[in-house]
Order: sequence, then structure tokens, then C-alpha cells
Amino acid sequence: MDVKMKLTADQQALLDGKKGESVAKVMRTLVKYGETFGAEKMVPITGEYGHLVTSFGLSVMKPVYELMDQLIDAGALSGQKFTVDPRPLDPNVPSNFMQNLFFKIMYSKQHDYEEQLKKLGIIDEDSFTCTCYMNEVGNIPKKGDVLSWAESSAVVYANSILGARCNRNSGILELFGSIAGFVPYFGLLTDEGRKATWIVEVRTTKKPEAQILGSAIGMKVMDAVPYVKGLTDFIGTKLNAEATAYLKDFGAATASNGAVGLYHIDKLTPEAVEQGEKLIAKDAKIYIIDDAELERVKASYPCIWKDPDAKPKLCFIGCPHLSAGQLKDWTEKLETALTESGRQKVTIPTVFTTSPAVKREFDKTPEAKKLPAMGVIVSNICPLMYMNNPQCAKMPVITNSNKLRTYTSSRYYTDADILCKITKGDK
Amino acid sequence: MKQFKGRPVVAGKVSTTALVSKAGFNTLASFQHALMFGDKSAKCSDQNNADIFNKPMCNQALCLPQTIGSTTGGMVLFCASAMGRQPSCLLFSKPIDSLAAAGAILSEVWTDAAMPTVDSLGDDFLEYVKTGMKITVEEDGTVTVE
Repeated sequence: MDVKMKLTADQQALLDGKKGESVAKVMRTLVKYGETFGAEKMVPITGEYGHLVTSFGLSVMKPVYELMDQLIDAGALSGQKFTVDPRPLDPNVPSNFMQNLFFKIMYSKQHDYEEQLKKLGIIDEDSFTCTCYMNEVGNIPKKGDVLSWAESSAVVYANSILGARCNRNSGILELFGSIAGFVPYFGLLTDEGRKATWIVEVRTTKKPEAQILGSAIGMKVMDAVPYVKGLTDFIGTKLNAEATAYLKDFGAATASNGAVGLYHIDKLTPEAVEQGEKLIAKDAKIYIIDDAELERVKASYPCIWKDPDAKPKLCFIGCPHLSAGQLKDWTEKLETALTESGRQKVTIPTVFTTSPAVKREFDKTPEAKKLPAMGVIVSNICPLMYMNNPQCAKMPVITNSNKLRTYTSSRYYTDADILCKITKGDK
Repeated sequence: MKQFKGRPVVAGKVSTTALVSKAGFNTLASFQHALMFGDKSAKCSDQNNADIFNKPMCNQALCLPQTIGSTTGGMVLFCASAMGRQPSCLLFSKPIDSLAAAGAILSEVWTDAAMPTVDSLGDDFLEYVKTGMKITVEEDGTVTVE
């Protein structure tokens, strides 16, 4: 192939087939991908671990598993260990006979696919989560690390909160980077690509709901980098557990409702603290967000339930997976709200989702013992994969996740509304 | 009839009808049901995209600004191509995004499916083209709309 990018002798040899046709095709893909975005070179991956988006053994994704087999057979394994998105199944999450039948058929390749992941380089059995960057999980890139990750919510978190450098890689492409050990240098890997082309001014009268603020920004700026002003008035100027949990949910909404891979929060995120408004590109556009704008965005979400007035049958909280602090916070809020309503258990079956490692630590706390008594299940499942089951999609499910709303038939409510619905029995 | 000149990301020739998404195209949300439930016409399942929701995408010239959403996007396009459910071509008014580029290139390098992909056709292109119009794509990225 005609290569414009400057490759090292070793990279050229891989492209020429030194390690076989499969690796050569991996290289061809990376080179074409990079050249599409004007990359002039490859740069080494410096992050310790990778993160893959594909965690599900969906029977119809046969082409992906065939490709994985091809790579394994050719010895084209990941050069770094990796974490991966959450598993699609958990028997503890409520499901009926028909739903279970569909799960069995849909995810019939789960075991085989997990065997492939072991061969390719997954860290361990606990590595299935979309929030791999939590302390308890330990896949935490350092500032400036070059990554080959996918999973939109993890990429935007790594770039924005941790200051790592990663493009919004697609599934498969992220694995190709880990196999090759380098990625094309363009976009969010470069200083120029990290400049903000949108200024977002938050002028609300109270702390904005993270999931709606992120959604509004994602829909407006699409794949651009926003520089958000005014948010620290509500979430403070310290990247503590509360602020990072807020920004985790905010970022996931920017990435799923739009295509944001990096945001800067004035006076808060690492690059904004260091460089301030120097991060803003010349002629950046301005988006002002006030209470009315957030209401407009929330009102624009369609409800595709057959009966919009149906009583919810299930509630998912935790997409992306909840942090330990969020689990504790939700437990306390639930306890108070149930006491106020004179009930002992939630009125809608409710599932809190979190990573295996966070759950293990949470299980050691007094709060963990309260949840089963309140009728709440703590699971490591991917609620999106659960909702992909057509028998589940028919069911009225509510969530506080704008990402889950975007990809499934589930209906979005704010944290306060969700709390009310699951403790007071509202329709 | 009007001609637009873009950049061929994956070069190829094709002639078909247009399917236009004025909003960002959410690849996972759009193809999810088609891939999972054997819909060979690949009807769009993205409830948030009123332009193309429930319309068949297979064998159409998908005209869009760019793709948005989950980073499974490229993999989803690759699967659609490997299963023969891909659009005839992808025509972007804006510069292509990383997920769509991955999907187009994975399809080209790893499958036998043809899915010519042209980007940077300009905002005029998306303003002019309407669903159902005839589209002809040339190897050099010239797109004729009539």
C-alpha cells in the first residue's frame, strides 16, 4: 500500500508482513485510520493497561469473534493487559422465563468470547466494568499517558479528569493499538486537538443535573472540545470523590448524547487548572446554559413505551457503574426516603450497578447490608446489554442514566424523581 | 441535479438512493436491532433520530453530518458489512469522525463488502440532498445528487 505516514523500520516491517498477514492487516488498518486524520507518525502507548469496549458474547456478532480467532491463531495478542466493559448477564437481576430464554440465545457466545479475552490479555475475572479508572479497579492512567482505549465514557473520563491522551477509538481499533503497541498521532493526542472550540457558560440557579447538563452539551457541540465555565460554583474546585462521580456521569452523557472525547472544566480539570483560558481556541463558539435550556433538553427526550403511563417494572441506577461514594449516597437517600414514606422496601424492583471491585469493597460497609433489606440488588451487569433483550425492551424501565436512555427504551428521570418513584410508589 | 466534491476515505463507485440524517448518526442505536434480530433491510432503530427511525439503511446512500455515540460504532459498521447489511455508501457533510472512519476502514481491510465512504462534502450537500433522491458516487469523491 502507498503509505504517506512516516513509519519506523520496525513498523514498516510489520506492514510488510514480517509477523504474518493478520498483523500486516492490523497495521494496514492503523495506517489508513491515522492517515484519514492526517497523522504523520505512530506514537508508543505509554499507559500500563488497555480498555476494550466489547464485553458481550452476542451470537450475531460472529464477524468479531472470527476476527478475534484469526488474531489469536496468528499470535497477534495484546501487548498490554486490559480491562473490558461489564458483562451482559447476571442471574440476580430480575428476569422472567421468556427474558431468560432470549438471554440464553442472544448471549450464547459469552463463554467462548470470555475465553478469547483471556487469550488476548484480560487482567482477571474482576476486569469487567465501564469504570476501570476507579481506585478499587486500578486501571488508572497517569497524566499525559497515551492510551488505546474504547468505551466512550471511559475515554472521556481518562482524557478530561486524568489528563491522559486517547482518541475516541472504536471497538476492535483499540485492540489493534494494544497489539501493535502504538497508535496514530492525531486528534486528542495532540496539544492542538485538545484546545476547546466551544465555551459553555453554566448560568443555572442551582446545581445542574449532571446527566442533563452533559446531554445538552453533547447534543450541541457533537465531537468538539467544550470549555465549561461556571460549574465550579456548584461542584467546587477540588477533584474529590463527589466531583469526579458527578463528572463521570456528566461525561458519559456528553459522549453518548454527542461525541465528546474531552472536556475542560474551568478551575477544576487538570489542563484547565494549568492553562486556564489559554486552552480556548480562537473564535470558539459560545453556548449558554440556564434553567430553561436544561428544561428544554429534558423535555425533548422521547418516550417510546407502548403505554407512556405504564407503571415502571424495573429501575436501573448506575450507567456508567456507580462509585463507592455514589453507592453509599444512594443507600442513605433511599433509607431516608423510605422512612419518610413509611415503607421498608422500594416499590419498583431496583438495581444498582457497579464494578466487581467496588462491590467487593462496598460489601464490607454497613450500607451494603441495608440494601437487600430495602429490596435493592447490587449487580455488576451492563444494564444496556440487559435492555437489548427485546423481551426486556418491551418492559417499562426507568433510569437516571442518559446513556441508557439514549441506547434503549428505558425512560430517563432525574435522581430526585427516581428516588420519589421507587420509594413512594408513583406511577 | 447538483454535484459535490468530497474526500474519498474509502474510494469506490456506486449508484443508489439517498437516506438522509440531518442529525448526528448514532451507529449503535441505529444498527442495534438490525444486527441482533436478523433484519436484512437494517431498519434504523434510533428512537432519537426522527429523520430515519424505522427506515431501511441497507443498500442506501447514508447521508449524514457525522456519527455520534458509543465507541462500538466502528465495530458495528464492520459487523454490518461482514453480514451484508451495510449502507451502499457513507456520505459525510463534515470531516469524518474517528468511529465512522474505523468502521469504513475495518470494512475495507477485513471484509469483502464495498462501502465507499466520502467525507467533507460540505453543509450545502446536507441541505440539498433529500431522502429518496438518486445518488452517484465516483472514485474521486464526486457525488452527484438528482
